[in-house]
Amino acid sequence: MTTIFGIPLQAFLGQLLIGLINGSFYALLSLGLAIIFGLLRVINFAHGAQYMLGAFAAWLLLSHFGVGYWPALILAPLLVGLLGAVIERTMLRRLYSLDPLYGLLFTFGLALTVEGTFRYLYGASGQPYATPTLLAGGTNLGFMFLPVYRGWVIAFSLAVCLGTWLVIEKTKLGSYLRAATENPVLVQSFGINVPFLLTLTYGLGAALAALAGVLAAPIYQVSPLMGSNIIIIVFAVVVVGGMGSIMGAIITGYMLGVAEGLTKVFYPEASNIVIFVIMAIVLLIRPAGLFGRDA
Amino acid sequence: MTLTLELQKQKERSPVIVQTIFLGAGLALLLLAPLFFYPVFLMKLLCFALFACAFNLLLGYTGLLSFGHAAFFGGAAYFTAHAIKEWGLPPELGILVGVAGAALLGVVIGFFAIRRQGIYFAMITLALAQMFYFFCLQAEFTHGEDGIQSVPRGHLFGFIDLSQSTNMYYFVLAVFVLGIAIIWRIINSPFGMILKSIRENETRAISLGYSVRNYKLGAFVMSAALTGLAGGVKALVFQFATLTDVGWQMSGEVILMTLLGGIGTLIGPLFGAGLVVTLQNYLATSEFPVTIITGLVFMACVLLFRRGIVGEFYNSRLGRKLGFEHRHKH
Repeated sequence: MTTIFGIPLQAFLGQLLIGLINGSFYALLSLGLAIIFGLLRVINFAHGAQYMLGAFAAWLLLSHFGVGYWPALILAPLLVGLLGAVIERTMLRRLYSLDPLYGLLFTFGLALTVEGTFRYLYGASGQPYATPTLLAGGTNLGFMFLPVYRGWVIAFSLAVCLGTWLVIEKTKLGSYLRAATENPVLVQSFGINVPFLLTLTYGLGAALAALAGVLAAPIYQVSPLMGSNIIIIVFAVVVVGGMGSIMGAIITGYMLGVAEGLTKVFYPEASNIVIFVIMAIVLLIRPAGLFGRDA
Repeated sequence: MTLTLELQKQKERSPVIVQTIFLGAGLALLLLAPLFFYPVFLMKLLCFALFACAFNLLLGYTGLLSFGHAAFFGGAAYFTAHAIKEWGLPPELGILVGVAGAALLGVVIGFFAIRRQGIYFAMITLALAQMFYFFCLQAEFTHGEDGIQSVPRGHLFGFIDLSQSTNMYYFVLAVFVLGIAIIWRIINSPFGMILKSIRENETRAISLGYSVRNYKLGAFVMSAALTGLAGGVKALVFQFATLTDVGWQMSGEVILMTLLGGIGTLIGPLFGAGLVVTLQNYLATSEFPVTIITGLVFMACVLLFRRGIVGEFYNSRLGRKLGFEHRHKH
């Protein structure tokens, strides 16, 4: 049997795959955080709750309305994004003139409320969500067995990340967003509706989190606590990457997911703290983060 | 001339008198409280109040939002419980072990966290505290999910029996008053003035030649140590230490207490802690989850009254008449 550093190749590749899957979620979530922070200067603590809402929306659509995975992949982000836009319009907007810490505290309260409500309604235990039939089963790649759904998650999330990056870097809307990040007052004076851009951005960020949630539903169970477990790790990812760059957030997400997976192979006890350790090391060497511009 | 001088004198004197009256009344209330309330409830309240006041030393007076104070609170609870139960130390030494452990943790977490500012500081403290949580989950001395159970309260200084709840209450009250006195001393010292200047304008503090990093770390460690004092005493009151006290929810709770009571006021967190603990006790018997209320109160506080209860009172007409001042910017 082939081994690598004394570890069976199968186990090594298996953990690498899990690492890539986790990395996909870290990348999608830190991407959304970075976009929101870039324009709104708000750290969206509710990002984990919005991820959970996405998964729950998919589950509720299926169990109550018989709406399957594929429509849910569009509907759930749309619903959560709309909800995000409403929250931005009615409440979050009032906090822009204040210390950014208040935005963090507000979204923290929002996350607690949403999670508490779902815990009250559906209990703390997870609900299973079946893999869509089209993506069920797996293929033998010769050197390892790849469940089709997992391959789909990696490919699709990569496509969404790159698509978002393209929209922000190459389109007219993206150029407005980038300009408003640099100097909102000047951009507004050119007749561009900056308040609307802010609402759109928060909605988009929330929708990205919900999309990650729908993708995660068949892999992990749909549980009210799934968001708070992941958001703290994503914060560490964001500290490592620095929030100045969209591409930086994506690359850091995948990198840290893989690092976590590989730690599971070589030293399983440390697998749930390795990202925090990497964060501490990066803080020592490059306090601004790997891709950060702001010190 | 004499009249204005006289008026001025009166103006200077009256806040001191008013504050002394308030302080005396407050102390009298706390001394008599066991006659009216369940002592364990009061002790819990005082522990959390000290926790929130210690946290406020950092947020309210230095402008640093730590999202990881549960590590110091719960960590100290574990250290104290372990020292008393396994090493057989008397309660006063056990609490000191908790304080020292929390201070040490504060040095480590603070060392990394002060390398970034603002929002990043909050995220780093949260992440490092979560790391400590995982450590507590896996370490042997914490006994994982079970926690350290049935910690003996023992005899304070060898002769005061703390298993009697009246004795225990007055001990907790003494620790609380001591803790508040230390915090008061810190914020009114030259060191405290420099902390406030960092809060108001960090760049200017640097340009004036202060090594801002050292001051921040100093404030962080002091806050951690005082939080440890609260955590150690809490372990003694409830006679156990569990994972609940190191979880991120606890870090959120102490932020809420401080925000609700009044960021940057000495006694505001006491009121915030009182409200939150009362609410938790009230809801403990019902099915309704506390987190929903906590979250809603959080949102309402941030949107509607960022000064908090005590801050709003200081800023009200009556508060100003009584000579209180509230300078914290929002």
